[in-house]
Amino acid sequence: MMIYLRLIWSYLKIGLFGFGGGYAMLALIEREIVGPGWISEQMFTDIVAISQMTPGPIGINSATYIGYVVPGEQCAELASPLWGILGSIICTLVVVIPSFLLVVYTSHFIQRHRESLIIKGIFAGLRPVVVGLIASAALLLINGENFGRDTYQIIWSTVLCAAAFCAVYFAKIHPIWVIVAAGVAGLIIY
Amino acid sequence: MLFNLFITFCKIGAFTFGGGWAMISIIEKEIVDKHKWLKRDEFLDLLAVAQALPGILAVNIAAAVGDKIRGRAGSVCAALGTIMPSFLIILAIAIFLTPDMIKNNPIVSRIFMGIRPAVVALIIAPVINSARAAKISWRTIWIPVVTALLIWSQWTFISNPILFIILGGLGGYLWFTRHNLNKNKEARL
Repeated sequence: MMIYLRLIWSYLKIGLFGFGGGYAMLALIEREIVGPGWISEQMFTDIVAISQMTPGPIGINSATYIGYVVPGEQCAELASPLWGILGSIICTLVVVIPSFLLVVYTSHFIQRHRESLIIKGIFAGLRPVVVGLIASAALLLINGENFGRDTYQIIWSTVLCAAAFCAVYFAKIHPIWVIVAAGVAGLIIY
Repeated sequence: MLFNLFITFCKIGAFTFGGGWAMISIIEKEIVDKHKWLKRDEFLDLLAVAQALPGILAVNIAAAVGDKIRGRAGSVCAALGTIMPSFLIILAIAIFLTPDMIKNNPIVSRIFMGIRPAVVALIIAPVINSARAAKISWRTIWIPVVTALLIWSQWTFISNPILFIILGGLGGYLWFTRHNLNKNKEARL
């Protein structure tokens, strides 16, 4: 049961410090969920992929999936769908609770002081940090679990990564189609 | 009305991929143009607040819109509506696609071997886009570089993203207040 309390604590932090959108949040999820070894690097990447391919914000999708998987992975006696569903309800609600309370209770204050130099200064400082957070999430995912350990897989992974980057960044193809294409490529190559 | 709010945000949650800005434009269309629950400038004010707060942007704006239209109950309905479709869809997938299946099913595991490096590319692209949006210059590029490298290094205490978020906010605040103090001094002279 401790695992649920620890998930709540982690997701409170993720919800409270999740500035800069879903991709920046990934750095926090890495630290809080992958860091303690609750899920593997591979599982994390897979969850990001699934979150991208399904509707809704990546922060919600990943919280639901992680909440479902972690209890069963951590204790054998929690490895039933019901315990998983409980975990996913908890994580999904907890990740939105801090910001929900802030929206409801502080929005008037923020609206009034939006133009204040303090708030402007804080956001001017946060913006470059958010870029660094997203970059760190990308760097952390470039590892043997995702790119493979033998030369054959590493070469193909590098090719797929470069091709996917060009498709998203230059050709502006929607991420869903890029993931589908990469999955088909994986089936053919391996 | 509350039910209407819930259903509207359910639809938005169920049919927008990617969250964030993709979702915002659809919320604006539904709330301002279609249902006329808010005027455009009211919506934009709420959006500014939702953006300033941490958490998931789409849920923040849903809560802010719900609160504005129908108070506390409205904000709960709108926020729950936004997360409900994602929650149910992901739950269905998670029950079917277990970690064990991804690892051991020969077809699924090969599909994911192809997908994983592509996911990395999907995160590299927003690094560049957000750097552009944040107007990162040669004078400020050290901030994201140092942040990314220190988090990547996985040193126990230093690598915590929360630390950098706090430092960034604090640094920006101090820099701005000093900058403006100097400006005021100049103005007085």
